[in-house]
Amino acid sequence: MKLDNNAAKALKKDFPIFKNNPSLIYLDNAATSQRPETVIKSINDFYEKENANISRGLYTLAEKATKKYEDARKTVAEFINAEKNEVIFTKNTTESINLLSYTINSLVPKEKNEILLTEMEHHSNLVPWQQLAKRQGLQLKFVKIKPDFTLDMSDLKEKLSDKTAIVAVTYVSNVLGTINPIKEIVKLAKQKGAITIIDASQAIQSLPINVKEIECDFLAFSSHKMLGPMGIGVLYGRKKLLEKLSPFNFGGGMIKKVTLDDTEWADVPYRFEVGTQNIAGTIGLAEAVRYIQKIGIENIHDWEKELLKYALNKLKKVEGIEIYNPGVNSGVSIISFNIKNVHPHDVAELLNNEGIAIRAGHHCAMPLMKKLGISGTCRASFYIYNTFEDVDALVSALKKIGERFK
Amino acid sequence: MKEKHESIPEDMYKEHILELYKNPSNYGILKTPTHKKTEYNSICGDEITIQLFVKDGVVKDAKFNGSGCVISMVSSSLLTDKIKGMKVKDIKILKGEEVLDLLKIKLNPGRVKCALLSLDAVKGALK
Repeated sequence: MKLDNNAAKALKKDFPIFKNNPSLIYLDNAATSQRPETVIKSINDFYEKENANISRGLYTLAEKATKKYEDARKTVAEFINAEKNEVIFTKNTTESINLLSYTINSLVPKEKNEILLTEMEHHSNLVPWQQLAKRQGLQLKFVKIKPDFTLDMSDLKEKLSDKTAIVAVTYVSNVLGTINPIKEIVKLAKQKGAITIIDASQAIQSLPINVKEIECDFLAFSSHKMLGPMGIGVLYGRKKLLEKLSPFNFGGGMIKKVTLDDTEWADVPYRFEVGTQNIAGTIGLAEAVRYIQKIGIENIHDWEKELLKYALNKLKKVEGIEIYNPGVNSGVSIISFNIKNVHPHDVAELLNNEGIAIRAGHHCAMPLMKKLGISGTCRASFYIYNTFEDVDALVSALKKIGERFK
Repeated sequence: MKEKHESIPEDMYKEHILELYKNPSNYGILKTPTHKKTEYNSICGDEITIQLFVKDGVVKDAKFNGSGCVISMVSSSLLTDKIKGMKVKDIKILKGEEVLDLLKIKLNPGRVKCALLSLDAVKGALK
């Protein structure tokens, strides 16, 4: 289904939030997306009609619930072209990355003692590695960002070495909107024998992801940024590697056999899904995948490019604006900006007075803010149900704000 | 003209607030401060440094600097005006509500932390 302005406008009807908040102009999709009626219904239906715990129940309801859960895993795996058992359900991207940081030792040879990240990482793909480095005496290195807000690939090549154990990179920056060349990054990292980890939380909703094509070792994303419910995320890992990882949390559901003294772990992925999972969440996530597939991820990306082009053209005409975005060819529709003389918090407050929701602050990327020489930005992020009219409303409100602070 | 939904709050940015933001009192640094503290509001990136000159248990001079939103800067300006000439022991028991009242506007709950940042810094400096 090709998206244009009219189609995007029509999509709003699929999302109850807009019916319940008629004046809402929602431009904070990078923080969380909205949920379509079908996703909400799938969760309610599970709780109302099929609710039971999975795996070990021997009655019809439990079998139905188990099938739904495993079907959801299959749907998500197909979405990223992974094998079914290469998909681990977690709470969110942050938990996925933390899980890896606690278990990855078994995959890293002793002589490798460097971790390569970038200056544009979200705290969730920085702090876990920072703390791992502190625990194990490893060295952190950071790929620089160029003045045009793209990654400095020559700096990356320089910083990659035979000592690099892990390369962890975001696919899309949640601040700059920059799309990183992760296929190339993975290829370079593999040449040095490094493990590759991709934070896809800001890419999964609008860029096609094929893990076999990207060839990364691990990839993480969250459901709530791609129209699914909160409280569920995914860690993809190549089967051979997952089998070598020790478990992180221990308890029910991840065992084959338990005696008082010892435990035999369950197979992958169950080894990493401990205790009762967010079963309803996985069902909602699978429904979100189907909603996206109905539109087509390429169509979503094309519409985001249209919105980005339109928005950048209009925004650059706002007096006193500074935009931190690499442009239509290198970014998704996430636009960080500042208005001269106006603190981002005040911009967000005044936009809120017009029913416009943006985010303001450091966006969980304090090192990036420091690199840009600012304490924070405003951020408008667009998705499938945003329209040119939404952009117009933002631009017109920003012009008024600039006037008040002159 | 779009009809405003209940979730849209009253405009806090009254004339007196904006004027004070553009020309805050007591912005700068003291030559010989006796007390100093920097406080952060990590939610939005406000950073305020309070400097005090205390003599005989009284705040003789107070200045603030840093960067922050309208609310944090304006309340810093109003608070530093208020505490000049006040006894340290009275400042230590200043309540948050008294500082919020200085602004003379209805504050949205999300901005209370911004408004009290300077009070946190003043009390922290005097500890």
